[in-house]
Amino acid sequence: MAPKAVPGVLAAFVHVDAAVEAIRTLRARGHRDLTVYSASPNHEIEEALDQPISWVRLFTLIGGLTGCTAGFAMTIWMSRDWPLLVGGKPFDAVPPYVVLAFELTILYGALATVAGVIILSLVKSLRGRPYHPSFSDDRIGLFVPCGPDQAPGVRDVLVNAGSEEILAHGA
Amino acid sequence: MTSLAHGHPMQTHAEVTRDVVATLGTPSRGYYMALFGAVGMFLAGLVTFVFLLKDGLGLAGYTPPVMWSVYITTFVFWVGIGHAGTLISAILFLFRSPWRTAVYRSTEAMTVFAVMTAGLFPIIHIGRQWVFYWLLPYPNQRFLWPNFKSPLIWDVFAIGTYLTVSTTFLVVGLVPDIAAVRDKVSGWRQAIYKALSFGWTGADSQWRHYTRGYLYLAALATPLVLSVHSVVSWDFAMGLVPGWHGTIFAPYFVAGAIYSGIGMVLTLLIPLRKVLKIEHMITEYHFDNLAKLTLLTGSILFYAYAMEYFVAWYSSNTFEQTTFWRRAFGPMWWAGWSMIICNAFVSQLLWFKKVRTNLTALFLISIFINVGMWFERFVIIGSSLANDYVPFAWQTPILTWADWGILLGSFGWFGMYFLLFARTFPIVAIQEIKEMIPYPRKRGGGH
Repeated sequence: MAPKAVPGVLAAFVHVDAAVEAIRTLRARGHRDLTVYSASPNHEIEEALDQPISWVRLFTLIGGLTGCTAGFAMTIWMSRDWPLLVGGKPFDAVPPYVVLAFELTILYGALATVAGVIILSLVKSLRGRPYHPSFSDDRIGLFVPCGPDQAPGVRDVLVNAGSEEILAHGA
Repeated sequence: MTSLAHGHPMQTHAEVTRDVVATLGTPSRGYYMALFGAVGMFLAGLVTFVFLLKDGLGLAGYTPPVMWSVYITTFVFWVGIGHAGTLISAILFLFRSPWRTAVYRSTEAMTVFAVMTAGLFPIIHIGRQWVFYWLLPYPNQRFLWPNFKSPLIWDVFAIGTYLTVSTTFLVVGLVPDIAAVRDKVSGWRQAIYKALSFGWTGADSQWRHYTRGYLYLAALATPLVLSVHSVVSWDFAMGLVPGWHGTIFAPYFVAGAIYSGIGMVLTLLIPLRKVLKIEHMITEYHFDNLAKLTLLTGSILFYAYAMEYFVAWYSSNTFEQTTFWRRAFGPMWWAGWSMIICNAFVSQLLWFKKVRTNLTALFLISIFINVGMWFERFVIIGSSLANDYVPFAWQTPILTWADWGILLGSFGWFGMYFLLFARTFPIVAIQEIKEMIPYPRKRGGGH
């Protein structure tokens, strides 16, 4: 079943400064839940949206620390579980286990980072929000969720800022 | 319109999408010939492997004291190939080198396929290939665990991590580009690319986490790539065999790995850009930079070779000295000199800009690098084991058709995946190239 369409106005921009101007004006008017589509990340758009830094770093940190702990725990526990004297070295020989702990730090850190990107990207649901294929090509898309009463005003802001096309007008 | 100045594309965003998506069109006859060639080589390797399973490693000439020979040589060769990909995709990303953008996708794919190839060799080499999983720490009825003090087990973890992280890095980088392809194709192809794009739309809420995540992946891949070949080098350096037991091994192997990897990048990209008609995206500028990296790492190798001989002389250790004497003037002199000439001397030609920007010359040099780096590993492994502490047992490595069959098969296996990748996914990173091209501005600027 197709997700229920979010009502609002979708505009396409060719010029980045026009899109940024529209974002700033709309945010000043209280439209905070904007969705901006672009083919590549853009600092001007990020600044206009005033986004906080992503929490992905927390996933990376926790993943890395878990990997490091798992690496040492696995090697030390397994060496004690089946004690085999090798080269007169102690069972809990830390220097060789650093290699394994390091590898698992990287492995868990990387996998947790990807998990973080996926989870955090899903936090803001994009279901029902319109999209156009030109946004992955050369256009910047801006979707403004709003009711039918606000739509004409939003449309005026987008056109005045320099939107080339109003692609969809949500119900 | 379609030219690059100092690595910065002068195309529009739409032209970038169009040109890269065009590489996924109907392949040329040359492409099919290359693919059939690769599949044929892989099948030759597969048949050889079946004989190895049936008859054992004696078929590959394994005779004491040389119990590590072509298979371990080729393992180290392919692991090394992967390193240039991570250097270009992760380390140069952190250094914000703009020239990497056009070439990093192909080198990253090369990394994944090279490590996949390398991963086969320890399994082929262990003799009883069907119990390869004994290398992994899993609960079993004999209550046995691996010996974590052994560098061979470190290697299992290092290569496993490297393959996982490189594949993750490649896939994460591909997602926005697959979405761009999805929006340009139709029919069943669109359905496949849609599934593979994981719902990517390029929304700000996606970029916000994606860009951070990509940065951290690059930051994690950077120490990883330096560690992997260090661990591979410790497979040797932790042993007491003459010619192996040196503290220089880790940096020496890492430099060699990057050198050999860039050699393979040149070998692949010079013909590929022509076949896929992307000469305007991967230009002389990029090859000039790749060649400079080759010169740097080749010079580090030159130093390492010289230092190995110096240390052998300075150590006053007869066995060490004899090993190095025999590398140059013993029965394996041909391998020893191939390594020195192809790696230390040929790379010095890259001091000249005319050579660095002449693609025919670069392609020939890249072949010398590939050959030289395979010989380097063969010399380190074969000649050291052949001249161990018991002169009575000295041997020359015995090379058989089973060695060459598996070696050939590995090139087929690698080539097959690389060619299929180049036809299925964007071989040039659409999203990152676009990031370098400013969006047009209403009030001037941009294009």
